[in-house]
Amino acid sequence: MRYLAARSVEEALEALADGAQLPVSERPKLVAGGTDLYPALGDRPMRNGLIDVSKISALLPVEAMEEAWRIGAACRWSDLIKAPLPPCFDGLKVAAREVGSVQIQNAGTVAGNLCNASPAADGVPPLLTLDASVELRSVRGDRTVALSDFLLGVRQTALAPDELMVAIHIPRRPTSARSTFLKLGARRYLVISICMVAVMIEPDADGKVALARVAVGACSAVAQRLPALEQRLLGAPMNGLALADLVTAEDLAPLSPIDDIRGGAAYRLVGAQELVRRALSSVAGG
Amino acid sequence: MEDQATLQSAVSFNLNGEPVLVEAPFGERLSESLRERCGARDVKIGCNAGDCGACTVLLDGAPVCACLTPTHQVADAEVETPAGLARIDRYAQRLTTAFARHGAAQCGICTPGMLASAVALLRAAPSPTLEEVQDALGGVLCRCTGYRSILDAVVAAGQGEELPVAISGGVGAASARVDGVAKLSGAELFGDDVAPAGAPVVKVLRSPYPRAAFTLGDLDAFIAQTPGLICVLTAADVPGENSFGVIPGFEDQPVFAESEVRFRGEAVAAFVGEAEAMRSFDPDTAPIEWREASAVMTITEACAAGTPHLHAHASQNVMCQGYVACGDAEAGLAAADVVVEGAYSTSFVEHAYIEPEAGFARVVDGRIEIASCTQAPFMDLEAVARILDVSPQQVRILPTAVGGGFGSKLDLSVQPYLALAALKTGRPVRMAYSRQESMQSTTKRHPAEIRLRIGATSDGRVCGFDFEGGFNTGAYASWGPTVANRVPVHASGPYYIQNYRARSRAIYTHCPPSGAFRGFGVPQSAIAQETLFDQLAAKLDLDPLEFRLMNALDNGVRTVTGQSFDTGVGVRACLKALAPKWRVARDAAQAVNAARVSGRSPLRRGVGLAAGWYGCGNTSMPNPSTIKAGITPDGALTLHLGAVDIGQGSHTVIAQIFAEAIGVALHDLSFVGADTDITPDAGKTSASRQTFISGNAARLTGEVLREKVLRLCNASGEATLEILPGSGRLQVLDGAQRHEIALREMPVDSDGYALAALESYDPPIKPLDANGQGDPYAQFGYAAQIAEVDVDMTLGLVTPVKFIAAHDVGRAINPMLVEGQVTGGVAQGLGMALMEEFIPGRSENLHEYLIPTIGDMPEVETIIIEEADAHGPYGAKGLGEHVLIPTAPALFNAIRHASGACITRAPATPDRVLAAINAAREA
Ligand SMILES: Cc1cc2nc3c(=O)[nH]c(=O)nc-3n(C[C@H](O)[C@H](O)[C@H](O)COP(=O)(O)OP(=O)(O)OC[C@H]3O[C@@H](n4cnc5c(N)ncnc54)[C@H](O)[C@@H]3O)c2cc1C
Ligand code: FES
Ligand code: FES
Repeated sequence: MRYLAARSVEEALEALADGAQLPVSERPKLVAGGTDLYPALGDRPMRNGLIDVSKISALLPVEAMEEAWRIGAACRWSDLIKAPLPPCFDGLKVAAREVGSVQIQNAGTVAGNLCNASPAADGVPPLLTLDASVELRSVRGDRTVALSDFLLGVRQTALAPDELMVAIHIPRRPTSARSTFLKLGARRYLVISICMVAVMIEPDADGKVALARVAVGACSAVAQRLPALEQRLLGAPMNGLALADLVTAEDLAPLSPIDDIRGGAAYRLVGAQELVRRALSSVAGG
Repeated sequence: MEDQATLQSAVSFNLNGEPVLVEAPFGERLSESLRERCGARDVKIGCNAGDCGACTVLLDGAPVCACLTPTHQVADAEVETPAGLARIDRYAQRLTTAFARHGAAQCGICTPGMLASAVALLRAAPSPTLEEVQDALGGVLCRCTGYRSILDAVVAAGQGEELPVAISGGVGAASARVDGVAKLSGAELFGDDVAPAGAPVVKVLRSPYPRAAFTLGDLDAFIAQTPGLICVLTAADVPGENSFGVIPGFEDQPVFAESEVRFRGEAVAAFVGEAEAMRSFDPDTAPIEWREASAVMTITEACAAGTPHLHAHASQNVMCQGYVACGDAEAGLAAADVVVEGAYSTSFVEHAYIEPEAGFARVVDGRIEIASCTQAPFMDLEAVARILDVSPQQVRILPTAVGGGFGSKLDLSVQPYLALAALKTGRPVRMAYSRQESMQSTTKRHPAEIRLRIGATSDGRVCGFDFEGGFNTGAYASWGPTVANRVPVHASGPYYIQNYRARSRAIYTHCPPSGAFRGFGVPQSAIAQETLFDQLAAKLDLDPLEFRLMNALDNGVRTVTGQSFDTGVGVRACLKALAPKWRVARDAAQAVNAARVSGRSPLRRGVGLAAGWYGCGNTSMPNPSTIKAGITPDGALTLHLGAVDIGQGSHTVIAQIFAEAIGVALHDLSFVGADTDITPDAGKTSASRQTFISGNAARLTGEVLREKVLRLCNASGEATLEILPGSGRLQVLDGAQRHEIALREMPVDSDGYALAALESYDPPIKPLDANGQGDPYAQFGYAAQIAEVDVDMTLGLVTPVKFIAAHDVGRAINPMLVEGQVTGGVAQGLGMALMEEFIPGRSENLHEYLIPTIGDMPEVETIIIEEADAHGPYGAKGLGEHVLIPTAPALFNAIRHASGACITRAPATPDRVLAAINAAREA
């Protein structure tokens, strides 16, 4: 098997199980959009076999289930943008439109973004604020893992060699829940984030914050929620400026940015704090 | 269908509406399969990483990067390529018309990707807004146009604009490009598009270290063991000089390093192998032992005491120096009422043309023929002959279309490897640099370390100026000497400065060679001079524009090299044209900022200004161009295009000048070339010299040919020529008289022409003396630009919102091409100012190295100033390089106006801007 255009999840799982017996360098790789796989090759040819999951119809749709929304693992960014989804997904949709370019959005998948586990993956912060979990399947069985437990480090995940991510699950939220996403980059398109921020807020009937989730990416090996801030926001009035003013530098304690070509660690923290303020301000309005 | 042994299988899909069956290795990129197995060379490869969009195709109608798509993934799908769309899609046809009208294809390498993306957009949204067009084309990079013409073209196409624009008109007409059709249909052949599929491929083994000694292992055994490899080339295979360079006496770069490498990416060997085998061949698997040594990467390190010398001939690693002085700089500064000073540094800037270097070579009748992208065919010819130790007659260079050059394709890249490989194997061979190879091994803009002090008297006159610039020239000379010479001549800016001293040094380091890049060091020095001018104006309480006008050069006023011009000094006219707009923009900024302060917005608007000048042609060195034209016995009038058009439009400009001079319509011309066998040497395409110098040669050739025709029939100077291709006749109408010249009855010359002319032009210059006094250039072009920006005071983000660019071009031969050059140059200036920083070993790709996208370029209002030049054809001046000189300092001045931040380091990335804002707040 050098190229398997898998027609069913089962077919892909069989091939993965067979591949898992081989030494790491000889294992076939899963491919969906190829937008992380191919650039990583550099100038070298593809030596591994490929298991293409992009055509498995069971992995395609974005579906509303009883308890949760389900984003199939072959759902591309452009599919997500087109899908009719409630406002709590606005942040994820903004992120989708910021991924690379139209070309990248037409090929790249949300699941691939998670499996690639880049610290700068734009899909992660919004999905963290949506409390997403991922469904992993192998011939051995099925398991569901919280996204925060799935992402282990820079390009490290909890995915076993014989496992396929089949879907991303997002618990349903009241329609009042709102969300947004802000990305800081050095140019308009095709840009890797210096840092990015996702915010999801649910107001209660009195116009106070009933639930708040804030996540920051590209400022640590894995994007992080800011629990201290989320706590402090509870009960605050849904007023943009008021929420923004609750943000303190200490709230960023879970972050551990590095210096790299896109920006220094200190700048990243300043940027993250400001983006959090702006995201809160815009999502709460007023 | 699956073949385990060869690791490939057949895939069937629809290509441009036709079913195809393609045998491809598993995992092959669709871009590769389309180009090499389906003949779809209209799909371009600029990066193989999704970063440039040149490979965009429509997959079931949706634009994707073919370079990221496994070929086997498109089984049973519908694939449309740009050439297919141009043939059959009605939106594509509307778009190509609009692109031609707006001059939206310059070099044309990005055009296929742009068109494919735009077709997908128009199918979904037939009348898109500007923002929708930006979103749709955001994934395709263009390095030439500055995007605005592309945006306008797509919006216009959506509004149903279908009026074609003709290739017509003489001097002053906004004719479409004479070479535009192929660029829009996908038929244009660039460096990697000319080789037959299946030709053996050359790949270079390069150093992974900036400095190392090495020992090659048993390469013969390696060749024998590796299936498909044909041979290896090393320094031992170079029959002539194992060195090259662009300036006589500075040929210090080896074709292959012999025992030591001086920069990461330096070539040590090249492998030639069969095409299929080379697809999976990795040169890094060759046996070689590296011994890394500590490298010096900066000017400071290279000049420190005790630092080893890169080259025995360069003590302290100083490759060369430049010097210009007039008056007494120290005395002038001492007498000043106000003095400002600053230390500035700039970064390596990568040309980032979308076409990596590529070409094809073969041996024909014992001669070597090289078809490759180049800016300097005759320099290539001589350099290759020297390396091969053959006479120049043994080499033929066939320049392909060039997918952007901007200076870097003046130097050799693939040519020597191709030539050596073709000779050693006796077979036609091809090679294309990968994006990483291109970025590692080809030249860059020099990083500069500049110290500058400027003094002025209280009446607003600059009275003393002391400039010192160090330029990191990398491991080899390339155009470093030119930069060292040009900078002291230009560092004054277009101003009268009585007491002046400018010293420059080019310093060797273990970095990639720095070479020619639009402006040869002048954009770097302009940053220092123009931003300090704003500080001086502030100290003197003068308006920045007024201050510049008070000091600007004028006709009859001498430059810092003691040269003066009777006519054509256009900087004052540029500044005056900007003056009303300057006041409006500054006032508007004030109003905007007042509203922002009260609205608690973090944004501040700023408006900045800068001027610039640039001498056209080589500095105090002869640089002639020769142009040939002839009339065939059939009656066709043929112009030989020896000057390489790298997208800037020189073919069109030269043809317009020639047509004007001979007195025929542009569409009456036919063209041949470029080909060193049949087109005389029109010099290199650099130093903004083609319009001026080759244009003059074209004018002379046109005039002489016209004279010959008129003399044949004794017609008056007023007579008009009628070109009747295919008729065997040439008609001359002289008042009521009609003359017919029977061309087929005339004897033909060695080129087969019944009538022909060949004329040369070399601009009048005078050498510079020890103090840099003399006439370095026969003409200067002038410019002044306004930049309006928004600065985000908490994030340090700078968003340019508008440019107004006034350019003195002497005479606009083709106003559409002038605007194209201006907008494209401004975009490169914007990139250099705000985001572009090449770090050797770190940003060797187009996602770490950022150039502006279509969303980063605001509107550019171009104001064409025509202060006729005494020497230029019809008064015309060069333009290519001038445009980006004022851009970066205008932006920095705008940032300072908005935020108070003094930018002394380019690029002004958000973190640096924020730091400068904070520093200004503390001060
Ligand atoms: C030019 C460019 C710009 C980009 N810009 C951005 C950006 O702005 N923001 C951003 O976040 N990302 C960006 N990316 C990265 C990339 O597009 C995304 O991460 C994308 O979502 C990956 O999805 P894919 O389907 O293409 O993954 P693939 O490349 O197909 O796969 C990625 C990895 O995931 C594995 N994988 C894929 N599917 C599964 C599955 N179902 N189960 C288990 N493993 C799987 C693959 O084996 C591989 O290791 C950019 C990429 C490019 C080339
Ligand atoms: S070649 Fe495919 S995006 Fe550059
Ligand atoms: S015209 Fe766009 S890259 Fe040259």
